[in-house]
Amino acid sequence: MNPVEKAAEQQKTASTAGPASPSPPEPPRLSVDLASFSYAPEGGASLFTLEATSFDVRSREVVAVLGRNGSGKSTLLRLLAGTLAPLSGRVKLEGLEVSRLDLRTRAQRIAMVQQENPLLFPVRVWEFVMQGRYPYSRGLRFETEEDAAVARQALVEAGADPLRGRWMHKLSGGEKQRAVLARALAQQPLLLLLDEPTLHLDIAAQVDLLRRLRRVAMDRGYAVVVVTHELNLAAEFADRIVLLDRGKTLRVGKPSEVYEQALLQQVFGTLLYVEYTARGTPKVTFSGAETE
Amino acid sequence: MMRALTPRRLLLTCTALLGVLLLVVFFSLKFGTRSISVYDLVALLFHAATGRTDLVSSDFRLIILDIRWPRILLAMIVGASLSVAGASFQALLRNPLADPYVLGVSSGAALGSILSLIWAAQLPGATPFGAFAGALAATAAVYFLGRRGGELDSYALLLGGIITASFLSALIMFLMTTISGRELRGMAFWLMGDLSTPSPVSPGWLLLVLVLGVAAIYTTAADLNLLLGGEQEAMHLGVDVVRVKFVVYLGASVLTGLAVSVSGAIGYVGLIVPHLVRLLFGSDYRLLIPATALGGAIAVVLADTLARTLVSPTQLPVGAMTALVGAPVFIYLLRRRMT
Repeated sequence: MNPVEKAAEQQKTASTAGPASPSPPEPPRLSVDLASFSYAPEGGASLFTLEATSFDVRSREVVAVLGRNGSGKSTLLRLLAGTLAPLSGRVKLEGLEVSRLDLRTRAQRIAMVQQENPLLFPVRVWEFVMQGRYPYSRGLRFETEEDAAVARQALVEAGADPLRGRWMHKLSGGEKQRAVLARALAQQPLLLLLDEPTLHLDIAAQVDLLRRLRRVAMDRGYAVVVVTHELNLAAEFADRIVLLDRGKTLRVGKPSEVYEQALLQQVFGTLLYVEYTARGTPKVTFSGAETE
Repeated sequence: MMRALTPRRLLLTCTALLGVLLLVVFFSLKFGTRSISVYDLVALLFHAATGRTDLVSSDFRLIILDIRWPRILLAMIVGASLSVAGASFQALLRNPLADPYVLGVSSGAALGSILSLIWAAQLPGATPFGAFAGALAATAAVYFLGRRGGELDSYALLLGGIITASFLSALIMFLMTTISGRELRGMAFWLMGDLSTPSPVSPGWLLLVLVLGVAAIYTTAADLNLLLGGEQEAMHLGVDVVRVKFVVYLGASVLTGLAVSVSGAIGYVGLIVPHLVRLLFGSDYRLLIPATALGGAIAVVLADTLARTLVSPTQLPVGAMTALVGAPVFIYLLRRRMT
């Protein structure tokens, strides 16, 4: 085990060891401090600007990023992943700036689940999941027993273990998403990022995926950030919400603090109603009638 | 079930393929316009190996050691180069139909070596270097033609390759009409892919370049596995995508240039061999690259033996043999991909 991995492992055990007692307060795992970004052609006016945004994500916390298309969700996710460096401000993971980490170290700490990408040649599910061990290996990178054990554990946690002998391209959407999640878990990250993971999934698969996500976040102490369009699923499964609108962070907080009818109507540009379930979770409903 | 690639499995597979290669080479030495009995051949090889070639009849020595063996050696080098180049282009361009010939990279190398013959024939190593430069330029051209909206589009890429190939062929035709008639027949034969003319560069050098090119690409084998899933994904898993693409681009161009400079444009080897190897052993590049090198050597030695013997004593260009088999396979793969 290399020093980085060891440190990560120690941190993980440290953060999962004690029961979820309120004291002492844990420092946030991911801290976004007035980070901004702007896409601009050379010398031209900027095409899109993500205005300075600040929020924290703690270990075992699931944060959902909501907003319309073009609101800056993907840009924000790329800042968190470290593939974009912020124009101003900082994005830090356990105190280190993510865009300055070298590629391997970053891949050991941050796992990204992206929207579907077709594979060029057939691959078995377990081979695909084993790819998550890449950042930990060296040279020709023959996988070790330990890699196999970690991959196996990841398969179980993602609910993909029964699929392990199947071909990736023959899986259904929900099954494939579990395999992709398993590969991300095999990276043993500190931070798990997901870009619209429930897209194209039927409702049962959506709920199943988010439940698993919640469980691994709790069990493994991951910090999780999910970009999604599913307002009701986000309210149900996320601890906190980051609401974006045209590059501005309008509000950060618990679902009940963010889901205000007027605010959501303004952001999503449609008539909608916010109600509360018996458990106090906000629920968004839409009117089928034409708006005036 | 969760059995990853082990060094042992890699070694076993390569040893088995090496065994097949030796067998194919043995029979390729045996068959030809004049067939030689197994006994005589074994005796000859034994004497040659122990340095007692004086015990062999000069006829046999001439046919086997001076004519057939150099040609077989060339066939092995060319086959290995083209196959590894094909497998590399498939990963680099994320296109399972990529092949140096289909993409026009071979035509670029051919044009490069013809230009070097015209301008710098007296310089040693001019032809291979010209071929390498031509391959590099053609790869770059195809890469940019195949881009659409910042992404590589597989059909735009294939079309770009075909256009590049036909444009370069037209240039080659134009140049060939300016070369004196005496050389014309040899040139035309060489362009079809031919191993009958001995290489101007010694086989030792060719082998060295082959080993260096394959080794360079092999250092990226684990990265290529991830690159097949997309550049973004590979980057998130910690792959230095820019470096890997650069190494593979350079390595594959060197290998194509090497093959074309000694044998002209032999088509489809880089397409069929990696696909067959994938069917047999899976698509892990750590195994695929060495297995493809050996498989390519086997395939081209086989094809050239057929080219020598099928309508003997007349000889076919080996490129005609590989195209006869390769073009239908290409159509099959293309159609299967579209459905």
